[in-house]
Amino acid sequence: MDAKRINDLIAVNEFCVHHNIEISFINLLQQNGLIKVSIIESKYFVEKEQLPQLEKYVRFYHDLDINLEGIETICYLLQRIEIMQNEIIKLKNRLHFYDAHG
Amino acid sequence: MTFIDYYKILGIEKKATAVDIKSAYRKLARKYHPDLNPNDADAKKNFQQINEANEVLSDPEKRKKYDKYGKDWQHAEQFENAKQYQEHPSDFSGQKYSRAQSGGDFSDFFESMFGGSANAGRNRQVKFRGEDYNAQLQLNLTDAYQTHKQTLTVNGRRIRITIPAGIENGQTIKISGHGGSGINGGPNGDLYITFSIADHPGINRLGNDLYIHIDLELYAAVLGGEITIDTLSGKVKLKVKPETQNGSKVKLKGKGFPVYKSDGQFGDLYISYTVKIPTNLTERQKSLFAELSKS
Repeated sequence: MDAKRINDLIAVNEFCVHHNIEISFINLLQQNGLIKVSIIESKYFVEKEQLPQLEKYVRFYHDLDINLEGIETICYLLQRIEIMQNEIIKLKNRLHFYDAHG
Repeated sequence: MTFIDYYKILGIEKKATAVDIKSAYRKLARKYHPDLNPNDADAKKNFQQINEANEVLSDPEKRKKYDKYGKDWQHAEQFENAKQYQEHPSDFSGQKYSRAQSGGDFSDFFESMFGGSANAGRNRQVKFRGEDYNAQLQLNLTDAYQTHKQTLTVNGRRIRITIPAGIENGQTIKISGHGGSGINGGPNGDLYITFSIADHPGINRLGNDLYIHIDLELYAAVLGGEITIDTLSGKVKLKVKPETQNGSKVKLKGKGFPVYKSDGQFGDLYISYTVKIPTNLTERQKSLFAELSKS
């Protein structure tokens, strides 16, 4: 395994200790398709780029008491909000274009 | 500095039990949590307030102090100072969010009573991700036309970022790790930059397409010819077909705006013509037009 790949991974164990959470929570997230976990030499890893999302799930689950189904729904809705916000930006720019053309 | 009514913030009565407080806090936290309200400054502020209210009311010792000195906070300093609190942290079983997600520091009122961030005194082992920063950057259309680097100063730190060609007005990009510093060794937050692209005289952009309006001499419109136009990539020579009509459009494929993060791909450039009718004609010119009209 090359060094770059290793640098892009975070050990699940380390993450759980860091955030004081059970590994079973990560398993649940994986089972629900919310994160991808890689197994290397019998150790579990997540991609570094998944970290912000994973931390968000931890906050939802532990801080807000939202269950996995709730997290899944929220993530879907947040994605839709993001798509709609991007659409709004495009439409605003389009409106501005036509306003400028009188 | 004004008194903050933490009970009012959580919507509970003074006699509320720990369970009432927790329940009220959870309910409001679900409503205003920054993760659920991205880019919503008001929600962030509300969340900060309810977080602070919970920080005080869910801790029996702090609640007692607040109830005793709350409206007369100036005397609270004599009660206990922050250092003592850090040396003898109270047991705390309530829920608390990371500072990173609460969107910043506690109020002046809180700090004057309890001597600074609650994070300082407890959960020493817990690492928190730093706060995310939001910034706005003004660009002109020519800047956005090509990938370029810019140096920004964010909270005293100079960072050099690469802005990909084709960025959209209002688009936000994330610069990982350039937000606030992590707490207790936690990772840094991220920096979000929203771009504001100013209008360019004579050139309009719609998505990846560019629009240029040209005033065309009558003679070039009738007889055809060659004109030179200014585009974002420099001057371009353009052949005008004979008998070009007023209001007609020409599409130059691939001569528009670069497609964001798609090397070598461009939108189209549309040229629209307004045929200019000559004015101040000489007698000779008038007679020639008259002759033309009879032919």
